[in-house]
Amino acid sequence: MLERALKGGPKYWAWILFLLAVIGAGGGVWIWQLMEGLTLTDMSRDVSWGFYIAQLTYLVGVAASGVMIVLPYYFHHYKKYKHLVIFGEFLAIAACLMCMLFVVVDLGQPQRMLNIVFHPTPNSILFWDMIVLNGYLFLNLIIGWTCLGTDLRNQPHPKWIKGLVYLSIVWAFSIHTVTAFLYQGLPGRHFWLTAILAARFLASAFCAGPAILLLLLQVVKKVTSFDPGWEATKNIARTIAYAMCANVFFFLLEIFTAFYSGIPGHQHTLEFFFVGLDGNTTLVPWMWTFAIGAVVSLALLIPPKLRENKTILPIALIILVIATWIDKGLGLLIGGFTPNPFEGVTSYWPSWQELAISAMVFAIGGLVITVLFKVATSVKQELEVSQKGDVPGPVEEKPSEAAEAA
Amino acid sequence: MKRTRRSFLKFAGATAAAGLCFSPALSIASGSPGHGSGPKVTEGSKHAQRWAMVIDTNKINTKEQILELEKACHVWHNVPHIVDEEGNPTKQELKWIWGGHFHEVFTEKHNNFPAEEIENREYPLLCNHCENPPCVRVCPTKATYQRPDGIVAMDYHRCIGCRYCMAGCPFGARSFNFMDPRPYLHELNKDFPTRTRGVVEKCNFCVDRLAQGLRPACVEKANEIAPGAMFFGDLLQEDSEVRQALREHFTIRRKPSAGTEPGVYYII
Repeated sequence: MLERALKGGPKYWAWILFLLAVIGAGGGVWIWQLMEGLTLTDMSRDVSWGFYIAQLTYLVGVAASGVMIVLPYYFHHYKKYKHLVIFGEFLAIAACLMCMLFVVVDLGQPQRMLNIVFHPTPNSILFWDMIVLNGYLFLNLIIGWTCLGTDLRNQPHPKWIKGLVYLSIVWAFSIHTVTAFLYQGLPGRHFWLTAILAARFLASAFCAGPAILLLLLQVVKKVTSFDPGWEATKNIARTIAYAMCANVFFFLLEIFTAFYSGIPGHQHTLEFFFVGLDGNTTLVPWMWTFAIGAVVSLALLIPPKLRENKTILPIALIILVIATWIDKGLGLLIGGFTPNPFEGVTSYWPSWQELAISAMVFAIGGLVITVLFKVATSVKQELEVSQKGDVPGPVEEKPSEAAEAA
Repeated sequence: MKRTRRSFLKFAGATAAAGLCFSPALSIASGSPGHGSGPKVTEGSKHAQRWAMVIDTNKINTKEQILELEKACHVWHNVPHIVDEEGNPTKQELKWIWGGHFHEVFTEKHNNFPAEEIENREYPLLCNHCENPPCVRVCPTKATYQRPDGIVAMDYHRCIGCRYCMAGCPFGARSFNFMDPRPYLHELNKDFPTRTRGVVEKCNFCVDRLAQGLRPACVEKANEIAPGAMFFGDLLQEDSEVRQALREHFTIRRKPSAGTEPGVYYII
């Protein structure tokens, strides 16, 4: 099936070449970082994780989001998602891959990374994160590839795949819970030390991830004849609206706990976010952008009239993606290290080298998404399934469909 | 094919040759140490059930004094001295022992009007060698581990540089080699290994000196500057000098609410 990614127009190849160029340029900077060390980053003794690990955190959410399509389809037999499931799974593959690459580029000694496997340490959450991320990557790869392959041959999905699908649904929740546990179990970091962190992660994942998926599907609709279908789109948008409400609600819970209790340790990071701490206001404009973006996206997503407007919906989704990215891909990590263990503030802002290397990882993810989506849409096109008109029958009816075709 | 002695020998030879090529490659990949890189243990080596330290801040409390301790420790352990053009430490510096103000060290805001003299003191900071060390809990490769005598030690050859321990430590005791440390070493102690870029390091309670029957470098130096300024011994031995110091003085530890049970006590 992979050969389908080799057929494309000049625009497709121009996009691929562009991604390869970014990967090449970013790869050069990464080699430089390998030679010089992480001194090329703005990370420090006090802010010892930065942009890379922040992107890991955000992308774990994107990976976990596919479940918002898979779960209604398999658990509730919501047939309108039938042809979207594969895109959720393929997006998860790319996101998992990017997550792992962001860990690799963050390591001081990447050539030793297999020590995590050689010396397995179950008391370390990072060990479990490695397991759940790899597991989720392979689950989606096996499920997605098998289902697409059998679809192409007009055969029913094999029975064993259902077990894996159910496992992957539970697994999706685990990857984000475990990633939250990376942070929320650390005794010295007040901002992370909160039981609601995992729930916050899941809520933001289930709004930001499907939002990215919907936006990608808009692109797919533009460049191919595949149409995700307006009914399905509307329903995903509804899921996004609910998840974003939960996400904002959880954030407000943090604010209430910190400021009503009056405990300084709980307030410091939030002060750093919105008014600055010890004169450091690096994140203030960003976090206000997040706050305003969150409110605006909710205002556009909650009323059905606005949400179901084909022009407004993409705008609302873009605002939502930006807002959630600032919250999780920027604020969460820097905020966790501010104030530092000495109640001081150490500045951090990603260096251009960090951004270039991150661009490399994003471009690799983009390439994987492009290739996988290309394969998926070309198979769907060959099967002449598009959700424009009637939604094709459920999976259970597949054998008879296949029989008819024969 | 019949297995003759000749073919067996050929196979055995090839396997041995492959092993010779492969095992160094594997050990480079996993960063296993070469021979003889651990601390040398001599006859008079010091042992304890739980090593602990008591610092008398009435005697050690100035920047200059702590700089002396820092020098003694850092020279002994080949800790690089990384400064910017103006000679100030950069935020990517490495330190095993250093000094901090009262509010940096005891962060819970114990008193809004502390005694001036106490507030103005400089306090030595180092790894607390906690009884429940979060850094050991989070390390994904067991590169940071707790010895039976309570010392939280590190295997620099196994560390992958993920810096999870730095996020886990509530005391900011850990440093990362953001760059190759060797060009920043001005005096080299050939009895202690230097580190490579990309690994974390921290105070080791002078485990290497204890193995040779010596007391920690900072303790030795402190008592040189001001006798009785630092005590070091077995916390579980009632007659040890640390227990005696704890019996006789009011002491506090850093961030007790984190539940890590630090092994470094401060006489105020």
